[in-house]
Amino acid sequence: MSGPSTYEPKTGFTKWLDARLPIVRLGYDSMIDFPTPKNLNYWWTFGGILALCLVIQIVTGIVLAMHYVANTSMAFASVQHIMRDVDFGWLVRYIHANGAGMFFLAVYIHMFRGLYYGSYKAPREVLWILGVVIYLLMMATAFMGYVLPWGQMSFHGSSVITNLIGALPIVGPAVKTYLLGGAAVGDPTLNRFFSLHYLLPFVIAGVVILHIWALHVVGNGNPTGVSVQDIKKDTVPFHPYYTVKDGFAIILFLTMFAVFVFFFPEAMGKTDNSIEANPLQTPAHIVPEWYLLPFYAILKSVTFDIGPIPAKLLGVLAMFGSILILFALPWLDTSKVRSMRYRPLARQLFVLFVLACVGLGFCGANEPDAFVFKTGKDRLQVEYSDANGRAQTKFFDQFSEANAYKESLPTAAGASLQVAESGFKWKWLSQILAAYYFIYFLVLMPLLGVIEKPKPRPASIADSVHKRSGSGRSSSAPVAAPQHAE
Amino acid sequence: MRFITLAAAGLATLALASAGLAFAQEQRPAHEFGPEHLDEPEGGWSFEGPLGNFDQNALQRGYKVYREVCASCHSMKSMSFRNLGQKGGPFYDPEFPNPNDNPRVKALAADLTIPAIDEETGDEEQVPAKTSDTFPNPFKNPAAARASNGGIAPPDLSVITSAREGGASYIYSLLTGFRDPPAGLTVNGGQHYNVFYPGDTGSQWAGDPRLKPPGGFLAMPPPLKADGQVTFDDGTPSTVKQMSKDVATFLAWAADPKQETRKQMGVGVVIYLLIFAVVVYLSYRRIWAKVEH
Repeated sequence: MSGPSTYEPKTGFTKWLDARLPIVRLGYDSMIDFPTPKNLNYWWTFGGILALCLVIQIVTGIVLAMHYVANTSMAFASVQHIMRDVDFGWLVRYIHANGAGMFFLAVYIHMFRGLYYGSYKAPREVLWILGVVIYLLMMATAFMGYVLPWGQMSFHGSSVITNLIGALPIVGPAVKTYLLGGAAVGDPTLNRFFSLHYLLPFVIAGVVILHIWALHVVGNGNPTGVSVQDIKKDTVPFHPYYTVKDGFAIILFLTMFAVFVFFFPEAMGKTDNSIEANPLQTPAHIVPEWYLLPFYAILKSVTFDIGPIPAKLLGVLAMFGSILILFALPWLDTSKVRSMRYRPLARQLFVLFVLACVGLGFCGANEPDAFVFKTGKDRLQVEYSDANGRAQTKFFDQFSEANAYKESLPTAAGASLQVAESGFKWKWLSQILAAYYFIYFLVLMPLLGVIEKPKPRPASIADSVHKRSGSGRSSSAPVAAPQHAE
Repeated sequence: MRFITLAAAGLATLALASAGLAFAQEQRPAHEFGPEHLDEPEGGWSFEGPLGNFDQNALQRGYKVYREVCASCHSMKSMSFRNLGQKGGPFYDPEFPNPNDNPRVKALAADLTIPAIDEETGDEEQVPAKTSDTFPNPFKNPAAARASNGGIAPPDLSVITSAREGGASYIYSLLTGFRDPPAGLTVNGGQHYNVFYPGDTGSQWAGDPRLKPPGGFLAMPPPLKADGQVTFDDGTPSTVKQMSKDVATFLAWAADPKQETRKQMGVGVVIYLLIFAVVVYLSYRRIWAKVEH
């Protein structure tokens, strides 16, 4: 894609260096002269935004690590020390804590963009897979980082997640022990999470370099999905065209980021995490940070055993499967057309997929047995066991009748009176949405390539922008370009 | 193909309907025995919103309520006396940029004693606190705190408004929410009924479980019982509501003492970024002017 290098060293020193270590040439070819399709829209600016997010997290994280104490008896207090006594400690910590959410917001937009415009299709499979690896590493890093402040949600959240890993067959218990460094979450856990939380971002940075390398081999995709045919007509150099466009998007993103940091820094925080961890007191609702909620909902949506596999393990497999499925995406999608701009059916199903993911996020935040909405009035139920020891339930509308019936039963019946509510439960909604999540990838994606009739695509990028800006010259009429032309 | 579109439309309708119904049911009618939502003082909180800030007089009154009432059971481990005189604090005085020089802060610290070790003899002794000391803990150790309070230590109040849903409004509501229990509700010894406490009254309610009273039981007796319990130095009438409002304000400040600095800096940062965005947008228009895209 990048073609022959156009870099020409000008000074004596750069000529000398270029013959020994062509690092300036590398930078010039990949950041200045890199040919980039001229029709990229603002959805393409999130790659640059993400690079900035990683830098922000690493820089603020290194400063926080100078003041943080990874010890269960001092961690919570050391965070308060950062917030109160360290100069601008509150700013650094709020940037880091909100920055994690911003990082995930940007990565989700980046991934949905990839899904919509078919950025995972040949020849960009490796580019996509490296992206999924980065995403997995981000989730691990964020999870471990959330444990460090040693609040109630840190402690009990980490207990829940490590227990899930322990539920995996064969390797589960061993992996769990290595993660915890003992039988339960404690000092060894906190120390290794701190160590790994410091290490993984640099691993992410390494994979990001591979991701960008892979991008620069195959070149950017673009909204039409039509490949670059003529570098002169279809592309512009990265600098100044995309440095200025990405720069503008980055500043807008930073503005939103700043609004959160300075005015609503705790908007995404949990009150429970402002209470120091107490192993003996479990919070009423254990929920992860917002960016992990959809997967948490998939985990909790499995409430039934299948054959010999218990529900808990199935849930764990479904949760991991929902992420791992992304690795297979380039081969699950059978359509010859990259961009959903020209795929009328896929486009609608994609919108539903986004809605399902957002909906799963809401499911994850709510108790599975709570009601999305209620139907009918609340009734009363008396539960008791009859003379044969079988459980019985009887329903009433009036409290006096229900209570009289309960009193009339012998004490041996162990009668209890409860409210009987009926309605649509969150777990049912999450089951429907989780089913759609998997059907979208495993059924619809392979099927659509066969049954869908794509719309005509422009012959080239130059042609598509020409038509859109609307200035005459319709020399090259749109054709349904076959795949080999792309 | 038609089937897929239909199924998709069905799913979308279901999702929208669920969201709509869930939203509609959020607004529940007020309960027969009491409120469903937290209470707020008249006029709300001065420090809420992106430009709000703390009323220094309210902070001073609030500190007095904490010191004379709450501090007998509740620690504030993250607070030092010097914090009271820092910028934005209750006793900040621009004449003393270093709070350790502030005479009012010094006097407030010296009012209290803290345990120390006599370097000559090694004996434990009580000495007047200095501005650099943290607020003294009302109990010698966590076990003593539990033993004196029916098995559960009173929570530390350093970040209490961040640690409870509702923040300052929750503190205000809790302090003003102690009520006589309605008929049919049994309150056990050592318990106190509060309409705002996020507990459950179901197990001690004799009537229809659908009509169980809101709130719950807590071990803390009503700490602010009568008007005039704390005498305010600035002459503000110390009603229970006023004392509750002021101490909630103080606790909100203590949980987030850098709030004013943060908001002031935020205004500058956002204005700077917006101007920067306009400049870069104009450059973008200019650079791309000759490129069809």
